[in-house]
Amino acid sequence: MSINRRQFLRRAGMLTALGFGGAVAFTGFRKKEVAEAAEYSLKQKAVLATRWAMVVDMSKFKTEDDFNRVTEACHRLHNVPDFKNTKDEIKWIWKDDYHHSFAGGHNQYLDEHIVHSPFMVLCNHCENPPCVKACPTQATFKRRDGIVAMDFHRCIGCRFCMAACPFGARSFNFKDPRPFINEVSPEYPTRTAGVVEKCNFCYERLAKGEQPACVEKSNGGLIFGDLDNPNSEVRKIVSTKFTIRRKPELGTQPCVYYLVGGDDHA
Amino acid sequence: MYKGGKIIASLIIFVGLLTIPFFYNMGKVNAGPEINLDTPAILALAPADQQCVESPEVMKANHMQLLNQWREAAVRDGQSVYINSQGKSFEISLQNTCLNCHSTEAEKASVTGGMSNPAFGSTQFCASCHDYNAVQPLCYTCHIGSKEAAK
Ligand code: SF4
Repeated sequence: MSINRRQFLRRAGMLTALGFGGAVAFTGFRKKEVAEAAEYSLKQKAVLATRWAMVVDMSKFKTEDDFNRVTEACHRLHNVPDFKNTKDEIKWIWKDDYHHSFAGGHNQYLDEHIVHSPFMVLCNHCENPPCVKACPTQATFKRRDGIVAMDFHRCIGCRFCMAACPFGARSFNFKDPRPFINEVSPEYPTRTAGVVEKCNFCYERLAKGEQPACVEKSNGGLIFGDLDNPNSEVRKIVSTKFTIRRKPELGTQPCVYYLVGGDDHA
Repeated sequence: MYKGGKIIASLIIFVGLLTIPFFYNMGKVNAGPEINLDTPAILALAPADQQCVESPEVMKANHMQLLNQWREAAVRDGQSVYINSQGKSFEISLQNTCLNCHSTEAEKASVTGGMSNPAFGSTQFCASCHDYNAVQPLCYTCHIGSKEAAK
């Protein structure tokens, strides 16, 4: 019972064909696509923009409480853990002093009040975000409305974005954050160890037609709106009053403006 | 065949050993996963509304693709509403749409009760099938039970 080469090849070919045929019979007819008629859309109430931006009116941030109220609202809503040490610290919006916020060649004799007052800082949602360029998985990306958002599902924890961001706006979860969240907010997921996080301009609230949580709690200290819309309040302030931005010389085009001094907003 | 008898005998023993588990379990009925579809949230809906976002067949076969599509739509495209094949709209949210129906009070409490990294110790509805199939997605390392949970 010996076979020659030709017979062997023919039988092998037939078996292979059978194998492929069998595989198609099993998987080919199975419905692979989710219902085709389905569609995705926006909520009717959603507020839309092409360039979300924020103005921080420093005259409204005077007491410790003005800062804490805002930070707390954000951190509670987004399940930001409290590690109680600066090494592991996670922050979305926090206060920092003038020299850290606006590093760079400043005048030797500056307005004492400004130099010594703390500033509310957060991700600037840069128009030209270096963090997005650095991300190898596109976990950080710029949305059409200008928000620099994160898809935590995709983050592999390489922290290139943290190195790329000139504003220190990003934090890394070195540990599982869950045990360090005092009161879990069911409005937003938590993160897991090995993931970077930062402010997201509350896009989940904008989608429901609400203002960002910090803006709501700021008593007018934070003004939020569409910079591309000439009638929006942020645009009016930015185009008529004197505002500064953090490290504009780097060319990232931050979208968070600081209203310092000047007329009635002094 | 040289030493044919021995070869064939050992082959038979080998095949016998290999198939022991099959013979051992033969005829034993395997109780499938128990899927709990009468949570309070589902029972509270009118019978016509009790269908999931798509038909049960589609959900059984494709819920993972659907979840992936939801994720892309909500996180990356900012589309927070899903309109299903019957034209009904649903908010895209694992926490507030899916788990609103697919978990009971006790499960919700266990999820938000400060449990650290519940990996897959979460909602019974998902876990019943997934444990049975030894499939362990990591949804609940981040996502939490539904809105009512914290109240
Ligand atoms: S502030 Fe930092 S994290 Fe935010 S968009 Fe700019 S570079 Fe990215």
